[in-house]
Amino acid sequence: MTISRNARLILAALLGVGLAFIYVPLTVVVINSFNSSRTFSWPPSELTTKWWAKAIENTGVREALKWSILAGLSATAIALLLGTALAFAVSRYDFFGREVISLLVVLPISLPGVVTGIALNNAFTKQLGMSTGLLTVVIGHATFCIVVVYNNAVARLRRMGTSLQEASMDLGANGITTFRLITLPNMASALFAGGLLAFGLSFDEIVVTTFTAGPGIQTLPIWIYNNLFRPNQAPIVNVVAATLVFLSIVPIYLSQRLSSDSSTGGRF
Amino acid sequence: MLQEISNTMHKKPKLRLVALLTAPILWLVVAYLGALATLLVAAFFTIDSFTGNVIQTFNLGNFHDMFTDAAYKNVVLRTVGIALLVTVVCTVLAIPMAFYMAKIAKPRSQKILVALILTPLWASYLVKIYAWRTMLEPGNGVLDWLLGPLGFSSPGFGGPAIIIGLSYLWLPYMILPIYAGLERLPNNLLDASGDLGAHNWHTFRRIVLPLIFPSLVAGSMFTFSLSLGDYITATIIGGKLQMLGNVVYQNFSINLPFAATIATIPVTIMAIYLWMVRRTGALASL
Repeated sequence: MTISRNARLILAALLGVGLAFIYVPLTVVVINSFNSSRTFSWPPSELTTKWWAKAIENTGVREALKWSILAGLSATAIALLLGTALAFAVSRYDFFGREVISLLVVLPISLPGVVTGIALNNAFTKQLGMSTGLLTVVIGHATFCIVVVYNNAVARLRRMGTSLQEASMDLGANGITTFRLITLPNMASALFAGGLLAFGLSFDEIVVTTFTAGPGIQTLPIWIYNNLFRPNQAPIVNVVAATLVFLSIVPIYLSQRLSSDSSTGGRF
Repeated sequence: MLQEISNTMHKKPKLRLVALLTAPILWLVVAYLGALATLLVAAFFTIDSFTGNVIQTFNLGNFHDMFTDAAYKNVVLRTVGIALLVTVVCTVLAIPMAFYMAKIAKPRSQKILVALILTPLWASYLVKIYAWRTMLEPGNGVLDWLLGPLGFSSPGFGGPAIIIGLSYLWLPYMILPIYAGLERLPNNLLDASGDLGAHNWHTFRRIVLPLIFPSLVAGSMFTFSLSLGDYITATIIGGKLQMLGNVVYQNFSINLPFAATIATIPVTIMAIYLWMVRRTGALASL
């Protein structure tokens, strides 16, 4: 390589600045969760773990976490079924409108969340007369989660080809057995990555949730948003925020362990 | 029984296709596109100013109001301006970072760096904007504490804060496609350019930049479109400043048809943007 020493140093410095830009705010969030002051003050005069103990006991947080996990798991399950079915159809069959499918699945995450949100709210409450609740949240989340499962599944199916299935069928296994013993195991890691990403999207979603949840349900992001501007809740919000920062390492760790074709999680 | 189903399915590929497609197509076309279409139709309705009920007669009144009121024109221009600036900021920050990761870092540190860029993507959106609230807080925020001694002060909450916050949120979405593009770029092209006497900067501008252009476009689709529809960031760190999303959000509960009318703007801008991207051919070569 012909890159001069100076250029290397400059690039390394810029990378450092960029990483500082990314990580300083996240570090502040973590430190702030140990800030003993009830109202925001920086730098912290004293560090304490008492807010962590308070947050664990907080019923609002527990309830919100429960809703988030419930909605996330349900949306992920639906997205896995629909996304995989669609991926099989697109990569193994030829049919009218096949090219439009990839555009159709990506639409729910490409359009602004507020547009999807008010469209779904209008359809649910005004057109269908449904009341908002867990069901409407799950439908909304599943809609934009399909694409990540679909992308991962399509990529894997393309790489797998059809020869393994054909070999299995030639050796006398029927369609179901072939799917169970050959196709599914070969797709497992791609589906896991897609499912993980779908759960992550759902767990973090706030805009579509705002319009589909109604007053009865607070997911974790909704809880944070509702408590963000309440000064006496600030210490608890800080702890929840710090926890979410720590949790973001888990999926990265899992995907590094899998180290499959989807190091970027199939987003690109 | 299962055996029979399996055999029938195997003999009839059409039936298999129908079984695979029915549920997802019903979901995406009927439920999702149906909801979008209903919203679009509502944009042409009005509300009874007395009862607040939607009157379902077709008219262009909302569009007339939207195009003649200077306030909405300002919001549109401001929002597009912010989305463009965020894209520029992300691009400028991302290129050197991605270049170091792809072309200078050793394989081992490369892997760690990619993980470091990916991790914040999984950190909560709200937490990241909340973090910037504590950073930017005028007077006792972290920025004032860090940069105060150097003579700088926090810009406070407002337009610059929104640009910082959104750039922060979407930066990884710009770094990763550029990194992927640079990884595919053969090193010997850079060597050849250098051997022929080009300096670093010249090589970058004439060789690297044109070849990673599709990656830049891919990244910009995230940074631009995600900024265009955002309203949470503006609410938390934007002070009194409003973006298009805020206007949609506020009108949603009082005048749904008008909210739907405003919502057509970001959708139209995105459609035009996608069309322009297609024309550059950047998507095909990704």
